[in-house]
Amino acid sequence: MMNETALNFKKLWIPGLLVIALAILATLTLYGTIYSIILITDILMYIILTVSWAIFSGPTRYISLAPAVFFGVGIYVSAILGQNLPFPVVILTGGLASFVIALLAGSLTLRLKGVYFTIFTFGLLELIKQVLVWAEITITGTRGRFVIVVDNHTIYYWMLGIFVVLMITAYLIRRSRYGKALEAIGDNEEAAAHIGINTTFLKVITFSIGAFFTGAAGAAIATRWTYIDPYIAFNYFYSFLPVLMAIFGGVGHIMGPVIGAAIFAYLEETLITEFPYYYMLMFGIILLIAILYMPKGLVGLAQNLWQRLPGRQNANT
Amino acid sequence: MPILDVENATKYFGGLAAVTRVSFQVDQGEILGLIGPNGAGKTTLFNLLSGALKPKPGKIMFNDQNITGLNPFRICRLGVARTFQSVKIFPNITILDNVMLGSYFGIQHGTSTPEALKKAEELLEFVGLSKPERTYGSDLTLGDQKRLEVARALATKPVLLLLDELMAGLNSTEVSQAMDLVKRIQERNITIIMIEHVMKAIMNICNRIIVLHHGEKIAEGTPQEIANSRTVIEVYLGE
Repeated sequence: MMNETALNFKKLWIPGLLVIALAILATLTLYGTIYSIILITDILMYIILTVSWAIFSGPTRYISLAPAVFFGVGIYVSAILGQNLPFPVVILTGGLASFVIALLAGSLTLRLKGVYFTIFTFGLLELIKQVLVWAEITITGTRGRFVIVVDNHTIYYWMLGIFVVLMITAYLIRRSRYGKALEAIGDNEEAAAHIGINTTFLKVITFSIGAFFTGAAGAAIATRWTYIDPYIAFNYFYSFLPVLMAIFGGVGHIMGPVIGAAIFAYLEETLITEFPYYYMLMFGIILLIAILYMPKGLVGLAQNLWQRLPGRQNANT
Repeated sequence: MPILDVENATKYFGGLAAVTRVSFQVDQGEILGLIGPNGAGKTTLFNLLSGALKPKPGKIMFNDQNITGLNPFRICRLGVARTFQSVKIFPNITILDNVMLGSYFGIQHGTSTPEALKKAEELLEFVGLSKPERTYGSDLTLGDQKRLEVARALATKPVLLLLDELMAGLNSTEVSQAMDLVKRIQERNITIIMIEHVMKAIMNICNRIIVLHHGEKIAEGTPQEIANSRTVIEVYLGE
């Protein structure tokens, strides 16, 4: 049994840590180097992609390969509207456009189960990419477009803002009855429907909420890329990475995808600069080891170790 | 007054008639037994009633409301709950949350968390499942999983409860406990339709029995009448 002081300590140290972390992130532009700001913007972007994916796919176990679709839609919205509209409106529109596309795609595809759903989401990526290529060639006559440049601090703060709102959303969904219902869908969808859960609606809306944040992140980061075309914007890389990062971190805990994405993104960044030729190989090995020896991800591993600490044997049984 | 009125319910799987023109009524408060050899269409009939499948053609009236072809979640909220032949609990969710989900979603206007918690604790005790707080669905034995499934169904405040082979795979002690449970559910003024192969249970607790064979209703009557019916004996013993 835990005594009372330990309990109070546990209650306080998590929010305390969060406040400190947020304070450091919020003031980073005052003392951080340009490199660190760009790096952390990237890491935040990967975390947003991963957590958005995990909101839906974590509990329901519907493996979606659609993140690159929503990310790409955000990027394109940013490229099309960036010249004429203020940055916040562009980001919001990027998110909303992705939300609407997810609603439509979700209504069509979430009747599919298992691997069929996964393949359809991946097909959606190719479909949208090819339609855009066709449209750019036959209608506008140009391939690709420039994106208006926004300074690094502004991008950083928007990314941080999206991240914070996303984490609050993910936390609220997870601890609500709807979060439990999503887990029930993942455990046994037929039973979930038979105890009164509107499974189709819940799946589609959660899928779309995730898409909103992915699209917003795409709209924000596009401004740093200056030039985009369908192949850059709708890169399948951004569909697979969130899945890998989430599995690496573990989807059983809200911090799993965050930690997974942060470490993964940082690793990628350092490996690519230190070992430009071998980084993909090293990356692959790390991932293999992670999947083989940490089926529940980093967070699962940490929870296991925590359970084994002396004096904690009976705390959770 | 009948609470459930099934008219000509029919369901084909390709060319196979799983259920053909089955009509029957269920009265408020009774326990109706549904028996028949394997493949007779009993579970398909349950699937038609709970909305997992849509009858074609056929009409199902529940509480004077046409529920034919409605989604399972709507039918559940209207007051029809069910359990499954192969238990379908939520293995990775605590047993308390398993039951609370029923209260949260299975009732027309939802339930507050303290209310749902109180109800879930009461129901777990009612079905005889007193376990430590962090027990997950997958930690339970088959018998206990069936109890959990019943508790979860009851949490949706059903008017009509469909029990699909509640007693299959249970030992004799568990069968008597299950029989007792079914009677106690009836005392809560819940109407029950049960599919069962355990004849002792069917004969003892049902007010009325319907026999299905090759998707058709071949007999209907009190346990006494069914036990003495020539057609039923022929179907079961092949005389």
